[in-house]
Amino acid sequence: MRAAVLAVALASVAALSGCEREKRDFEPPTGSASGAAATRNVSVRAGPGEPIETARLATTQDRRDEYNAFLVNQGKRLFRWYNCNGCHAQGGGNMGPPLMDDKWLYGHRPAEIYASIVEGRPKGMPAFGGRIPEDQLWQLVAYVRSLSGQLRKDVAPSRADGLAGAPPENVRDIERPVQQPAPKP
Amino acid sequence: MTASATTPNVPRNAVPPTADDVLALERTWRDPPGWIGWLSAINHKAIGKRFIVAAFGFFVAGGILAALMRLQLARPDSKLIGPDLYNQLFTMHGTTMMFLFAVPVMQAVSVYLVPLMLGTRSVAFPRMNAFAFWIFLFGGLVLYGAFILDIGPDAGWFSYVPLAGPDYSPGKRVDFWAQLITFTELSGLLEAVVLVTTVFKLRAPGMTLNRIPLFVWAMLVTAFMVMFAMPSVMLASTVLITDRLVGTHFYNPAEGGDVLLWQHLFWFFGHPEVYFIFIPGLGFISSIVATFSRRPIFGYSAMVLSLIATAFLAFGLWVHHMFATNLPELGKSFFTAASMMIAIPSAVQIFCWIATLWTGKLNFKTPLLFVLAFFFILVLGGMTGLMLASVPLDLQVHDTYFVVAHLHYVLIGGAVFPLFGAIYYWYPKFTGRLMSERLGRWNFWLFFIGFNVAFFPMHLLGLQGMPRRVYTYGSEMGWSGLNALSSLGALVIAISVLLFVINVFASLRRGERAAADPWGGGTLEWSVASPPPACNFEAIPVVHGRDPMWEPQPEPTHVAGLATTSRELLMTTVLDAVPDSRESFPEPTIWPFVGALATTVLFVGSIFTPWAVVWGSVPVAIALTAWFWPRRHENRAHLALEQQP
Amino acid sequence: MKRALHLVVAVAFALAGALAWAQRTVLQPGAHDALAPAGPQAARIGDLWDLFMVICGIVFAAVLITLAVALRRAPRADAGTPADVSMADRHEPGPYRSVLVGVGASIVLLFVLLVASVSTDRALARLPLQGALNLTVTGHQWWWEIRYDGDPVSETFTTANELHVPVGRPVVVTLRSDDVIHSLWVPALAGKKDLIPGRTATLQFQAAQPGTYRGQCAEFCGFQHAWMAFEVIADTPEQFAAWAARQRAEAAEPTDEKLRRGREVFLGSTCVMCHAIGGTDASARKAPDLTHVGSRTTLAAGTLRNDAESMTRWIRNPQQIKPGVNMPSSTLADADLQALVAYLGSLK
Repeated sequence: MRAAVLAVALASVAALSGCEREKRDFEPPTGSASGAAATRNVSVRAGPGEPIETARLATTQDRRDEYNAFLVNQGKRLFRWYNCNGCHAQGGGNMGPPLMDDKWLYGHRPAEIYASIVEGRPKGMPAFGGRIPEDQLWQLVAYVRSLSGQLRKDVAPSRADGLAGAPPENVRDIERPVQQPAPKP
Repeated sequence: MTASATTPNVPRNAVPPTADDVLALERTWRDPPGWIGWLSAINHKAIGKRFIVAAFGFFVAGGILAALMRLQLARPDSKLIGPDLYNQLFTMHGTTMMFLFAVPVMQAVSVYLVPLMLGTRSVAFPRMNAFAFWIFLFGGLVLYGAFILDIGPDAGWFSYVPLAGPDYSPGKRVDFWAQLITFTELSGLLEAVVLVTTVFKLRAPGMTLNRIPLFVWAMLVTAFMVMFAMPSVMLASTVLITDRLVGTHFYNPAEGGDVLLWQHLFWFFGHPEVYFIFIPGLGFISSIVATFSRRPIFGYSAMVLSLIATAFLAFGLWVHHMFATNLPELGKSFFTAASMMIAIPSAVQIFCWIATLWTGKLNFKTPLLFVLAFFFILVLGGMTGLMLASVPLDLQVHDTYFVVAHLHYVLIGGAVFPLFGAIYYWYPKFTGRLMSERLGRWNFWLFFIGFNVAFFPMHLLGLQGMPRRVYTYGSEMGWSGLNALSSLGALVIAISVLLFVINVFASLRRGERAAADPWGGGTLEWSVASPPPACNFEAIPVVHGRDPMWEPQPEPTHVAGLATTSRELLMTTVLDAVPDSRESFPEPTIWPFVGALATTVLFVGSIFTPWAVVWGSVPVAIALTAWFWPRRHENRAHLALEQQP
Repeated sequence: MKRALHLVVAVAFALAGALAWAQRTVLQPGAHDALAPAGPQAARIGDLWDLFMVICGIVFAAVLITLAVALRRAPRADAGTPADVSMADRHEPGPYRSVLVGVGASIVLLFVLLVASVSTDRALARLPLQGALNLTVTGHQWWWEIRYDGDPVSETFTTANELHVPVGRPVVVTLRSDDVIHSLWVPALAGKKDLIPGRTATLQFQAAQPGTYRGQCAEFCGFQHAWMAFEVIADTPEQFAAWAARQRAEAAEPTDEKLRRGREVFLGSTCVMCHAIGGTDASARKAPDLTHVGSRTTLAAGTLRNDAESMTRWIRNPQQIKPGVNMPSSTLADADLQALVAYLGSLK
């Protein structure tokens, strides 16, 4: 009897995680600003970015994008479209630092990556705040984390229909993030 | 056998089975009681009935999905169902009807009927037969479970890449579809092997290949087609899974793969598949027309050769699904020729049936009504098929509602109507009761009228430019009226199917009791009680002609000497059904069920991780080992039956 | 027997003819109709269609009438009527001859259809292509990128979701896809051709008279397959040349404060990440080119009429109109949005 209950419980957990993973939600999240003007005039500090307006961003700490395969895949598409590859290659880095390794200059947590994209970073990372809508930013954040294997294997995207520069994100080993000292400005 | 005094060397009938023999046979061949017994059942009639019920369950589910689609399309600019759900609906509808209903139900009916028509007691591999049923059932349940959890596939039943590939269908939805293919193709292939072996080796003595019923020919031809075509789609879907799960590049043009490879592999299977559905329907028609015209079908040899020709030609048509791609024009024209050529054997069959009806005496009961509808619906579908076979015409109507109309006319007209007729025809044999004639006529007319009202307007919609797989359309397109009409027809179809279901269940209790041969049929299944005893035949018959129930049968008429306390069957030679050997058949066991469960876990696990293939093999290996492990008491019984030559 | 056969054939002819006539006249062709050809390709296909309708109609009617006669003349029976096995293993000359005649006629007719089909196919492939206009259409989820290949190359220009072609001049369209399989289909002008990633296909057609012909994607391509349409506008050669010249020009400069503000909004917010406007800094190619968006008759791949109200609704919340489309909603203030819409409307 107990075994049956356990089996049902396990199945339900698996099932519900399936529900979350597969949802395709087309309604824009309420109150999605484009991370806009508020972040434009703030000076950038080196080191793990203290996320600006932590109060606002804190509610987005538990962004569900990381558990939704569709949104992570959208992030992958946006990474391609917005030409992140131009500096970051397919995660291997070039002019910009690699995103698929374990070294993080400005923080590996979702809110920190969000801040990096919105505010820009020294030595060439543009500030995309105001240019990329908020829901797309979170999709990009989730995708960037998948580059170093941080996402669950069934949510991380698989191979793209293009030239493959690296193994697909869903087969990468987890690179446990290691905070690097911030570079001298 | 002793020669008689007057005609030396003519074998005479031996002593018929005694009452004790009959009881012993019943005990030997029935399935064990209780729910463990139910799961262990391997009697082909038990498996056949479950199989038919499960397939019809999926038919109703697929029909509900279609009803939802028609509800959405009844009005323009409808916001009832959004694109995501609609994509899942038409994918699930197509997948259900093609993989979980149309092919399995034909195999299911043949699992029940073929041994009875051949004069034997079992299919050739009863345990594998049971396993194939369970795998089919579990595959379908897994797919519907996924659908309920929002992981239902949404890239079409044909799942074209790159849309169904890893980049454009993230998540596990398409993986569940691809794995369903694995389930149903495994089931289909196993059933095909079972059928071919049964037909070749287990026929009653004297039933030469020239004397087997046309329905059995149809199933034999279908089984061969299955064995050649299904591996193609298993390969295609497995490769799709590896592209999605581990990042291979078979369908990735940027890395040397090819998008069209999917289409070739899929349609090389996909076109024969519609013949897996159509040819058994032809078999049903032959059985029903013969019985209800009170004569054998005209032109037996022509009919058999037509079935075989259709099967061969079916493998040469697949590119007609790809006429809009950039394949070379001359190559496409070859497929136009082949697609037109396949009309010829079908025409032969239709003309032979009409000749049978012309020269017969007609009994207009419900089974015959459903078969007569075939002539209207399938022939119309065949005409639109010729139009689609022509490359220039196809380039206008490909991927429009014209094709939707065509495929439903040929599949519903060519297979579902005969199937309904077959259910009305053989229901007394399955259950011992007749279905209601009155409800049957209501069922028939509502289905016929509803079907034409639902699907004929789709021809016009396609010509007016309405593409397939659209979740809605604008009111300015001028498609609204015909769509509304079509949805109305769908409602009528739903009512008629409801009547059918009511008829089936009500007749179980209140139907008129059926004798062994309520229709006056000519083939062997009508010689046994309705429903048949567990052993089918108390004594295996010996056959001297094509219609043993109609033709006078000289002696010997039955086989004697087979064991009654052990599952022993007579195997005969392939061509002339000369008695060849006596084989001991296995007893019921739960391991096919357990093996199917283990295989299901392996298949579902491998959607999520390749390691499931490794670790999932362990329970499967255990189940298979237990399945084949010889049992001491069986061995002893079999050894006791062996005789020195 | 012979009289019955004549009757069958006569009735079948009549029925087929009636059906073909009804279909061409009584059923009103819509904007998007395969049976309202406006170009030589579609017209040839229409002729072939007529032939098929007649022959298939005759065959269908013949089969049904024969069946009906068989059902009427056969005596009735029931389950107890003894079955007639007298012909088992015996030749039945009557039915044998009839079946043979039927099969023979079928083979002849099938051959006629085959020859007609192949010869139409060859004719379609032989549209004279001198002086053809060359286009490249790239399919995206869920819009059409159309590039007019200029000669010289500097005259190349790109537009989206609307094709203009000069009447009477052959058009050769090169078909590519950026993501999944799409299919280009303008029923009034030609059959369809798939746009397959990794492959290049071509489609030829010609418009015989001026007009607007609608086309729609005809291969399931995802969420908004249903609303991936486009228009083919056949102009006189002069009109076409004027249109092409306008398209080659850079975007119109804003002439007043509101339009200037609209351009600022465009260049300062999320739009530039995906859309291009020639003559400005916006040069992204991931979404339709907006350089001359004001000149188009439709928006959102043929889904909406191109007017200010539709444009406003579209920019504010595209997901409401086309759920699943790649364009995000905007959070612009009302005044900014109005200015933006006015600016885009001015880009003729």
